[in-house]
Amino acid sequence: MENIGALAILLAFCLAIYATIGSVAGKLKRNPFLILSAERAVYAVWCLITLASAILVTGLLTSDFRFSYVWQHSNRAMPLGYKFTAWWGGQEGSLLFWSWLLACYAAVVVFTNRRKHRDFMPYVIAVLASIQTFFLILNAFVVNPFRMLALGNAITAMPDGNGLNPLLQYPAMAIHPPMLYLGYVGFAVPFAFAIGSLITRQPGDGWIHTTRRWTMVTWLFQGCGIMLGSAWAYHVLGWGGYWGWDPVENASLLPWLGGTAFLHSVMMQEKKGMMKVWNIVLVSATFFLCILGTFLTRSGVVQSVHAFAQSPIGRYFVIFMAIGIAGTIYLILDRLTYLKSESQLEAVVSRESSFLFNNLVLLASCFAVLWGTLFPVISEAVSGEKISLDREWFERLMIPIGLFLLFLTGVGPLFAWRRTSTESLQKNFMWPGIVSVVLVIALLAAGIHHPYALISFGFCLFVAITISIEFYRGSKALAAKNQWNFARATVELTHRNTRRYGGYLVHMGIVLMFIGFTGSAFNKTKVDELKTGDSTQIGTYQLTVKDIRQGENDNYIWQNAVVEVKRGTDILGILKPEGRMYKASRQPTHEVAVRQRLNEDLYLNFAGINGERIILQSYIFPLVSWIWIGTLTLVFGTLVALVPSKVKREYARTQVVGITRKHAPVEK
Amino acid sequence: MKKYGKFAALIVVIVGTLIWLATAGIKENQTYYKTISELGQMGDQAYVKRLRVGGDVEQGSIVRRGGVVEFMLVQEKLNLRVSYHGTDPLPDTFRDGAQALADGRLGRDGVFHANKIQAKCASKYEAKPGAKPGGATPPANKASL
Repeated sequence: MENIGALAILLAFCLAIYATIGSVAGKLKRNPFLILSAERAVYAVWCLITLASAILVTGLLTSDFRFSYVWQHSNRAMPLGYKFTAWWGGQEGSLLFWSWLLACYAAVVVFTNRRKHRDFMPYVIAVLASIQTFFLILNAFVVNPFRMLALGNAITAMPDGNGLNPLLQYPAMAIHPPMLYLGYVGFAVPFAFAIGSLITRQPGDGWIHTTRRWTMVTWLFQGCGIMLGSAWAYHVLGWGGYWGWDPVENASLLPWLGGTAFLHSVMMQEKKGMMKVWNIVLVSATFFLCILGTFLTRSGVVQSVHAFAQSPIGRYFVIFMAIGIAGTIYLILDRLTYLKSESQLEAVVSRESSFLFNNLVLLASCFAVLWGTLFPVISEAVSGEKISLDREWFERLMIPIGLFLLFLTGVGPLFAWRRTSTESLQKNFMWPGIVSVVLVIALLAAGIHHPYALISFGFCLFVAITISIEFYRGSKALAAKNQWNFARATVELTHRNTRRYGGYLVHMGIVLMFIGFTGSAFNKTKVDELKTGDSTQIGTYQLTVKDIRQGENDNYIWQNAVVEVKRGTDILGILKPEGRMYKASRQPTHEVAVRQRLNEDLYLNFAGINGERIILQSYIFPLVSWIWIGTLTLVFGTLVALVPSKVKREYARTQVVGITRKHAPVEK
Repeated sequence: MKKYGKFAALIVVIVGTLIWLATAGIKENQTYYKTISELGQMGDQAYVKRLRVGGDVEQGSIVRRGGVVEFMLVQEKLNLRVSYHGTDPLPDTFRDGAQALADGRLGRDGVFHANKIQAKCASKYEAKPGAKPGGATPPANKASL
């Protein structure tokens, strides 16, 4: 079986090369049959990688411990679901998974465009196939998933495997990698279309229209992947944090920031024909950031909790990125004349300007995170000392950036194109502005003095009001005109322009998430050593240890504390924070007990036992639930925006129909 | 062109503010990576700077006393006694034999006072060259196609 799997990968590698060369050759020689054969090669590559993946997954599900990979990442006692997810639990398997997702995306792209865009599709296929070739090189020659265990010349099987670490046997963690990969891999598609469009000197925005939905779906998956990792960190790691500015966390955030900037700047190109060069640069940068992210996670070049050792796989990524970036830069510079803007910036207070600053600040944050993440590498190259920057440094930069972006979210959509009049400014912003200032004053009076928190809450309310007014105004007009009730009018309004109102919902989700982030300025934490009957106080809660228990089952040994939570005279409930020691892997875990409410979370961690006393860590995290609610709102908003609008929009704009290669002679 | 003047000014203000935020006080946020052997060679500098030292946790060396956790960090036969005072709970991956990073300062008493401990992540994306990712040892050699 393993021979078939390895052979399938090798064949896929050969066919991917064929697809790359065949589509380019077919285009240049104007041979449509060659192009067709290249498209079929893409389908064949998908079949072969699916076969190889199926063989590996079968090995995992049947606990075939002759496979080195199965032995390393699975064990007999593991639940079947986690045996499947072990496919992406280690280096070799996850890279095969990457290749498989890319093959799926490529096959879908080829199929859905089989009768469209015949002029630049061959180049799109070539770009996707060349990326596929790179990953198949890794799969076939560098980190082959079909390595077998052997003694002498005979393949042997171990009796049982090492298993997936129990920390990872958690639902959010099981789907976190696939979500992230769907994002990472997905950005290859708009990138391929951009390159294809550049090579063929397309005058229009065909590539953006075609890839708009791809980009949104990819961005959504990436965002979900990031938030799943956050949720896992919060619930499983025991310190109540959801983001540490760790290099691998940052690696996943970078393409998301680039993707967000791109989703906004394409609107400038679609409506005003501006920022054409910028969009191509941005989509390319986002794609290479995805590759960089994959590289950072696996190569160990930056030390983090995820990667300590150097690994040889890094240099392959570096070469791939160098070739790709050089080629892309050359192509952009060579085709610069075809990317001239159709309009110009006119006023600082305009929608174009707000998009410009949105992009500037998002890219600045992207650069800041990249700089901070790669600082150890840079400082070692420059001064010989490996220096890392801590989370306070990241927070010092990212909090003001986040607040400025939040501000733009409120004002940008209400600025007019080209120039906003003072009357318009007053009409749209006076009341939201006044109400937000009143809120800030009220918070100050209530005792909150933290400047960033005040600004954040003020902006959150400001943006929430402006979004609500937008919905209200539109719905009221529709309801009045058609005699509908308000709810129906709102649904209809959204359906007529899903992109705009879905976008507003996404912005609302961001506002809710910012409310959650701001709550962390008021976190409380306490550590106590308590024996049965002891009490401690945190915030408004009184915690009493009622009992300390322990026990054992097949999988693990456990110890927990039964803690009664009281506020004043009301008993609010019982929380049972637990510590476990998994027998097979000798891995301790902490099962935290959390009381989640909209205003705050009470979070208890069983940190250990000292004789008769338990070490109890208690935390209060105000407003943290709004982060998860905001994420769900963001997902919902994106799904709304993906629905096709009832009304197709035409934007009055100069249409570029073609660009001449030779200038007409000028009369003197 | 006057209108671009306003844009340029705003951009300069924003970028300038960010650069100022990034560089002001950067010294407090810098932590120097050192191996145990480099630590020994640092001399007096070791007591002044914030350091991050990596190594393996020596088997059986983890001792918890009150709010403090003490253990030995080992790398290539060199030892470093570490004492952790922080409020954050120790990561679950922190145990005998795990690879760990300790952030803090070296005290004059030769003990490294850490305020943050990181231990190797649960997923085994790669191992040190020549070392196994963990668990039982496999048979002598691996066959591959």
